Amino acid sequence: MYVAVKGGERAINNAHRLLAEQRRGDKKVAEIQTDQIEQQLSLSVTRVMAEGSLYDRDLAALAIKQARGDLIEAIFLMRAYRTTLPRFAFSKPIKTADMDISRRISATFKDLPGGQILGPTFDYTHRLLDFTLMANGEEPLDAPCGEHPVDDHMPRVLDDILNDEGLIQDEPVPVDDTAPVADLTREPVKFPAGRDLRLQNLSRGDEGFVLALGYSTQRGYANSHAFVGEIRYGSVSVEIEPEELGFAIDIGDIELTECETVNKFKGSKTKLPQFTRGYGLVFGQNERKAISMALVDRAMRADEMGEQIMGPAQDSEFVMEHSDNVQSTGFVEHIKLPHYVDFQGELELVRRMRTEVEERLAKLDTETARPQPEAAE
Amino acid sequence: MTAHTAWTDGPAQDHNPLHQNQTEPVDQATAARQRWMSVLARTPRATLESEWTTRYGDQNWSLLREPQIGMVMVRGRAGGAGQRFNLGEMTVTRCAVTLSDGTVGHAYVKGRDRLQAQYAALFDAVMLRDGSAGDFIDDLASAQADAKRDHARKVAATKVDFFTLVRGEDE
Repeated sequence: MYVAVKGGERAINNAHRLLAEQRRGDKKVAEIQTDQIEQQLSLSVTRVMAEGSLYDRDLAALAIKQARGDLIEAIFLMRAYRTTLPRFAFSKPIKTADMDISRRISATFKDLPGGQILGPTFDYTHRLLDFTLMANGEEPLDAPCGEHPVDDHMPRVLDDILNDEGLIQDEPVPVDDTAPVADLTREPVKFPAGRDLRLQNLSRGDEGFVLALGYSTQRGYANSHAFVGEIRYGSVSVEIEPEELGFAIDIGDIELTECETVNKFKGSKTKLPQFTRGYGLVFGQNERKAISMALVDRAMRADEMGEQIMGPAQDSEFVMEHSDNVQSTGFVEHIKLPHYVDFQGELELVRRMRTEVEERLAKLDTETARPQPEAAE
Repeated sequence: MTAHTAWTDGPAQDHNPLHQNQTEPVDQATAARQRWMSVLARTPRATLESEWTTRYGDQNWSLLREPQIGMVMVRGRAGGAGQRFNLGEMTVTRCAVTLSDGTVGHAYVKGRDRLQAQYAALFDAVMLRDGSAGDFIDDLASAQADAKRDHARKVAATKVDFFTLVRGEDE
């Protein structure tokens, strides 16, 4: 139990002023602007939007500045801000098939229609520190242009290529596509959770946690051996249908990373063996998260696939109850706040227990010290 | 223009099946409006503002609904084509304006720029009234298409052909 404390206002105010001073750092160094963060720390921005569950680059940049670069703190700020806004609408399901591609690769098909498009990636870099970025900054570089733009339409590896032969399971589209969609921001999570709820949870889940769980599935704690069927990153338009208009309108583009994994096959007496699949979709450019999400999504489909639960990643309740870093950090860090009353209670208890034990021992001692005539004989 | 229905600030509900399916076929006028609204939603406030001031600065108009910042819950589909799920929210600003002849214009634009939404709604109204900003919309659309193509060409320069090597011991 947590009992509130009062007082300490002056110390708290001064602590916040000290925090502000330290955030600013050495005043001889130019202050960082939020547009610089938005442009030049764009992958931090992406992570804060994804886990803050609110797509707004400027706000994410501000949150990062305010949080001194502590991304979980920034995510907390985004979550708090989003509770102040009304929700106007649900979008129509975005069409990742129509994505304006910035990157699209497959690890399973070498020659795929539309090609392997590397895009802006750290892959194949040497991971050597580039000291020119520190010394004199870099000259603005212009990336070279190809002769022709990338194809407008890139076939989806799993649905358009593998599924041609029926080699991969279909994504089960519910018979009733108008059924309500679970929303963990509005209703309490109940178990067993549907895939809609699981995917929402994973998409806003902590990158490190989802990464570790994804890794655990590869190491044998859920035997669902995965290949990356396809990763695509780029922008898609978002459509809503406002009531007052009565038709769909396009309100702008957002960037997304999507990953589809091709997993261990499965067959039965009635069905030919076919590959199974996992799905990852996150705001912005974040392949690590998208791949991890797809691995964990696949692992959490254990029940549906009739698989034995052998690892934490397959346990939806365990995963979903611990994936949210705002929740986790809230509970983990709250134990540093004053718990004087609780602790006082514990202290009393331990003292009493010790006294009782000491008294019992003392009594025992007097009894053994007393002359024992019978024993003497 | 169609009558304006009340806006609610409460959580959006989506019980209407029409709001959930893929885009239904629409008539030509609606398709044209969808196009210019989409172009306006992607145009920065400064561009809209200066064009409005130059061309329509002397017009009378009023706010039917003040620009309001809110969110849209973005939905995806499992596997890209399967069951729907809530991915996360995005900030959106909406606005409605009335021109002096009663034409109502609407805007819903990504982000939190109230003035961008206001000018987008004004241009929507003008386009509905007399289509007089058609050339401006066309210019914006072609600039947006150019930017998209330039990006797609830079991306195309990163297209690779992986090839697998036959190892010597197999020969």
